[in-house]
This record gives sequence, structure tokens and C-alpha cells, in this order.
Amino acid sequence: MSALAIDITHRDEHGFSLQVATSISLGGVTALFGPSGSGKTTLLDCIAGLRPDIDNASIQCADELWQSGATQKPAWDRSVGYVFQDARLLPHLTVEGNLVYAEARQLSAVDASAIIQWLDLSSLMTRKPAALSAGQKQRVAIARAMLRGPRLLLLDEPLANLDRVTADECLNYLQRVSTESALPMIYVSHRMEEVSRIADHLLIIRDGRIIDSGPVAKLMGRLDTELAEDEAAAALLEVSVDHYDPDFALTELRVDGEALWVSGEQTAGNHRLRIAARDVSVCRQQPDQSSILNVLPVTLDDVRDVGSAHCMLRLQLKEQVLLARITRRSREELKLEIGDALFAQIKATAILRSESP
Amino acid sequence: MLLSETEWQAVLLTLQLAATSTVILLLIGTPLALWLSRQRGTIGALVEALVALPLILPPTVLGFYLLLMLAPDALPGKLWAGVTGTQLAFSFPALVIGSVLYSMPFVVQPLQQAFSRVSKPLLDTAATLGANRRDQFFSVILPLSRRSVVVAAALGFAHTVGEFGVVLMIGGNIPGETQVLSIALYDHVEALDYDRAHRLAFGLVGFSLLLLFLLYRDRGWRLGR
Repeated sequence: MSALAIDITHRDEHGFSLQVATSISLGGVTALFGPSGSGKTTLLDCIAGLRPDIDNASIQCADELWQSGATQKPAWDRSVGYVFQDARLLPHLTVEGNLVYAEARQLSAVDASAIIQWLDLSSLMTRKPAALSAGQKQRVAIARAMLRGPRLLLLDEPLANLDRVTADECLNYLQRVSTESALPMIYVSHRMEEVSRIADHLLIIRDGRIIDSGPVAKLMGRLDTELAEDEAAAALLEVSVDHYDPDFALTELRVDGEALWVSGEQTAGNHRLRIAARDVSVCRQQPDQSSILNVLPVTLDDVRDVGSAHCMLRLQLKEQVLLARITRRSREELKLEIGDALFAQIKATAILRSESP
Repeated sequence: MLLSETEWQAVLLTLQLAATSTVILLLIGTPLALWLSRQRGTIGALVEALVALPLILPPTVLGFYLLLMLAPDALPGKLWAGVTGTQLAFSFPALVIGSVLYSMPFVVQPLQQAFSRVSKPLLDTAATLGANRRDQFFSVILPLSRRSVVVAAALGFAHTVGEFGVVLMIGGNIPGETQVLSIALYDHVEALDYDRAHRLAFGLVGFSLLLLFLLYRDRGWRLGR
């Protein structure tokens, strides 16, 4: 698969230095994860050609050379779509006008009616941006960037300005667009939850340097990255639907051959499941009287202290891993040692998305 | 007849002068305002000051220097004579040159303000959608500044209609050629013909008031739209 190769060394006037040399595969969603001020937006701007002042960089997108030192392809000649945090619709144009703006300058043919349908925009076409909600604006911005017909879509914290409910809804739209269009994306975020839902690959950036990268499930299952320190630390599991039990309105899933119950009826097929470390506890014996439905046999694989009171456990299933966040005191009392056979109790789970077969 | 034939000539000439000057002002003022809206340095400030100079300078000063430049033995005057075979001083083209310089700040300043209000992030967005600099100007900057363009054109036009000193210095007072309304009015006052002076003066007050009223009625432009 073709890739975007980036090599940037830059120090700005405030002493912040960006030093990134990496290759991002042009397939699926790559999340650029890191705290604010870590250089994520600068990196996206460089890729898009919006930082002509940064001349110590080379950027190659598949067979096209975008930048080699001071020789730069201008932003309008690069095959990228850019979705900004603040949508940035052209205020003098309607929704339709904004979409046509991109379409009139299209790089390669795209199915406009499909994009409009995926993002549910047909009822908004005649409105001016000022008459749209924040979530609607962002959906228009996504459609507009796609109508440019780029080979790569850049998204800079597109949900940061939205409330929880709207952000969640918008993320569903994005997942749909990503699955349906197969357009490669680089998704910038500092929120674990977003990243675990949308991303296939993960680049962790800190202080202008990429400190870790890899498939998202693999990185999230590790204890030695800063993801493990995040309050929202979680493990991602690939699961398949076994059957639906209409009497209790529960669906039985299979994870590495073990049963796992989630509420509601789930569509058949493979899904990605996210289990937050704080929702998992461990016990030495299989509990016989508990309200907790999901108990999985696991092996303690690794332990790491996080913060002053807690530690993170890495629990091995047959093939996949779970994370559990427990107090250091519980660890002492249970005398947990690496290699111990334990039972993991899971309080809550969330289906994140259906995996394409 | 309310106005005499020479007075009608003066009205027509004034409108002709104002229209011609306004068109030229927009053609020169727009790129100049765009350039100024992107300047931060010393050169930008210097050019901005030059453009604003007619706001505070007595028109006679500008007229005096123009008169020297347009004279048949000065270089610009010579060039003009060489190309067209006519004298530049005391001609209609001389009035146009004077008006353009004199009314320049009234056109450039509203445009410059409007252009600099269009944010860099919005232009960056247009760039990622495939618009080059020229395209960005016509598809983003200009549409977002359209009210200011109307204001600039109206102010340039009205100010040219109302000019006196520069015209007197470089145009003289040739009926049908360089005698504009304000000069005709001055003539009447000189001749103590206050009746006729009143008609012209009242007409100019009415016209200017109407134009400004129409501009201010649409208050949106003050808010930058």
C-alpha cells in the first residue's frame, strides 16, 4: 500500500521543536494522538501545505513529491482534504455553495450524492452556515473536504467544539464515511475514546516527537505507553456475534472462544469492543453469586503502577488482552504475581463499530 | 429652465468626471488595498501614509504640484503631448488624474479594512479546497467585501463631485471642458449672482445628503459586512 512519508525538523521562535520522521500508510484511519501543544496541528498544516515557512521538511505522498526543503507544492495543488476544528465554512455561501466550491475545484471524481447522503445533508443545502448547529457545520465541512476528491483526508480535532451527544453522533457519521468511502484519513485527537472508535493505526506524539506507533488495539493493550496512564485507558477486543437472547434482551458475543454478553440486539458479524480498564476487576476464584454477568478466565501478564493509588493489570485471554485498573492495595491483598490465573469481571462494555468483513 | 446651458454642461461634466474617476479608482485602489492589507512593515506604512495624504493636505498643495508636473515642459506633460498630441494641463484628463489622487484614500481605506478582515484561516481553507491566490481573492475576499466595495465607490464618486481646490489649480475654468459644478458655483458667488448660486449649492447638498443617507441606511457595512 502506498504511504505518506514525512520528515520534518523545525524549531519555532518560541523554542518548540517538531522532529518527525515517519511513514503513514494511505489506507484506513491513522490517529495522531497527543496532548495539546504537542505539535499535532503543525504537523497536519505541514502536510496540507499551510506552513510555507517551515522549509526543513520533505513530504512525499505516494508518487507525488509535495515538499523538498524550500521547494513546496502550494496547498491548492496538494491532493488533501482538510477538516478544521472550527469547520470554517465560507460564510457568504450556502451549504450547497460550500460543497460546489470544492466540487468546482475537484481533483478526481467522487460520488457527490453518496457523500451528501452519508452525512445527511440534503435537507440543509439551502441554509447559510450561520443557520447551522455546530454539528451540522462539521458535517458540511467533512462533505466539502471529501468533494475535493483528495487521496487523503486530514481531520484536526473535528469534534473538539461539540458537546458529548453531538460529538458522538458526528463520530458515527465519520465512521460511516470512513467505511463507505475507504478514503485514507489522518485523525488528530487528544481523546482516547474517539481514537479507539475510529482509528486503525495510532501515532502517539509528545513534545513534537512521535514516541510510539502501531495498530491501535496493540498499542492500547500495552502498559508502557502513555495510553495506559489515561483516565479512559481501555482495551479493544475483536468479537463476533453468537446469538441474541430476546427474553433478556442480551446478545452473546464470542471473544477468543469465551462468551461475553452485551445489552440489546447486535447485528451479526465482527465488531470492535471497547472495555475500559476502570470497568474491569479481578478475583482469584470464579464468583458463583454475583450480579456481574461477564467473567472471563485470564492470565496476569504484566503490572504497572499508574498514579499513586492505582495499578494497571494486563490480562491475557487466549489471544487478545484486557486491561484492569485496580488499587495498589487490592493488588497487595490479592498477592498478585505475574503468571497468576485469574477471573476478570467486566461491568460494562461498549460496542464501538462493526468491522468490515 | 431651472439651469442655464453652461450649468447643465457643468452638471454633465461633473458626473462624467466622477464616474470616470470612480472606475479608475476601483481599478487602481483594489489591488493597492489588497497589497496594503497584507503589509506589516515600514514600506506598507509609508505607502499607506502617502495614500492618506490628501485627507489632511490642503487641495491647493496637491493641485500646485500636479500643475507643475502636468505642465507642457515637465516630463509627464511632455510624454502626454508626445502620445496624444494635446496639452495635459487644463484638460479633462488632467482633472481625472487630480481626482483620482485626491479621492484615493476614500476608496482605498474602506477596501483595505474590509480585505484585512477576511481571516487567514478562511483563506487557508479556500487553499485546501483548491483555490490559488487569485481564485481566493475573487471567490472569498471580494464577495465578503462587497458592501465595502459599494461604500468605496460611493465615497469616491461623491468626493469627486465635491472637489474644488485641485480642479481649480489644474483644470482652470473652461465651460464644457473643465468647468465642474463647484467651480460654476464659485463663479456665481464671485458675480454676486446668489440666486443661481443657491440652486447649484442646494442641488449639491441634496445629492450628497441622499447618497450618504442611502449608504448609512444600510448600516451593515459599518459592522464589516
